[in-house]
Amino acid sequence: MTAVWVTVAAVGLATMAIKAAGTLLVGDRTLPPRAQGALEHLAPALLAALVVSQALGGSGGGFAIDARLAGLAAAAVALVFRAPLLLVVTVAAATAALVRALA
Amino acid sequence: MRHPTRPSGGPGYLDGVRAAAPIGVAAFAFGVSFGVLARSAGMGRLAPVVMSLTTFAGSAQFAAASILAAGGGVAAAVAAAVLLNLRYGPMGLSAASTLEGPWWRRALTAQLVVDESWAIAQRDGRIDRHLLVGAGLLLAVGWVGGTAVGVLAGDLVADPASLGLDAAFPALFLALLAGQIKGRSRLLAAIGGALIALALMPVAGPGVPIIAASLACLVGARRS
Repeated sequence: MTAVWVTVAAVGLATMAIKAAGTLLVGDRTLPPRAQGALEHLAPALLAALVVSQALGGSGGGFAIDARLAGLAAAAVALVFRAPLLLVVTVAAATAALVRALA
Repeated sequence: MRHPTRPSGGPGYLDGVRAAAPIGVAAFAFGVSFGVLARSAGMGRLAPVVMSLTTFAGSAQFAAASILAAGGGVAAAVAAAVLLNLRYGPMGLSAASTLEGPWWRRALTAQLVVDESWAIAQRDGRIDRHLLVGAGLLLAVGWVGGTAVGVLAGDLVADPASLGLDAAFPALFLALLAGQIKGRSRLLAAIGGALIALALMPVAGPGVPIIAASLACLVGARRS
């Protein structure tokens, strides 16, 4: 039981420190233009990596191809037809659920 | 004024809540499954809820609970979770310029940064504080509430994967990515991030591919 609480405390404190570090270090200072330019490109870089890792990642690392990929493909089709976010997410979940039910 | 929270005409807190609602359902369901996993990993009832409240980051919590369940030890569990959460360093840095108030309030607001709230709060290459707070609070309620339901009554709830809810997250990130691709340099950053993640996933531990992919943002440092 103690091991559990030590883990909870250590992970919690470390995560809170990581999340707060940016604002505590930078404060209200304006970053140099090059750093600002890089940060404005963080969203596309990280979002693309999150798509890849959430759609293809296995539970213990490496790749796992499963129904999530069908869901992502359906979401891409919905996006081509300019569907709203709620519909894109719902179509992805429904497709993945359908593929799993049929498999 | 029907929207007292947005005097400047920009998005308000409620807009963030509304934008996060579709993915809030999935966050709740995965909160439930984290509660179930943590319970069966011998974490008891209270510790998983405290962890969801303080760590508030799904993948790291699943990793830590799985390692504890497998008898991997405290050090391995903490190391894996911290590695997975390192991406919140650059994410927090990109949110820094929009947070307001004394240091403790900015540090507290930064706790609401998770993948989904950070992604939803993107506006013209910057973070919108109202969207971040609204989306972050809704996701926190769903995640912590889901964890509580999971540790108390987990057997009563369906597996989120059978509902396809694990496919909701890549779909959300893809939809938000599509809105981000404006101009050649952002497209390059996206391709770079995806390629770095793909290349490292088979060889590096969980967490490493995503933190390494953030380096692709350096294509934006050329302009001065």
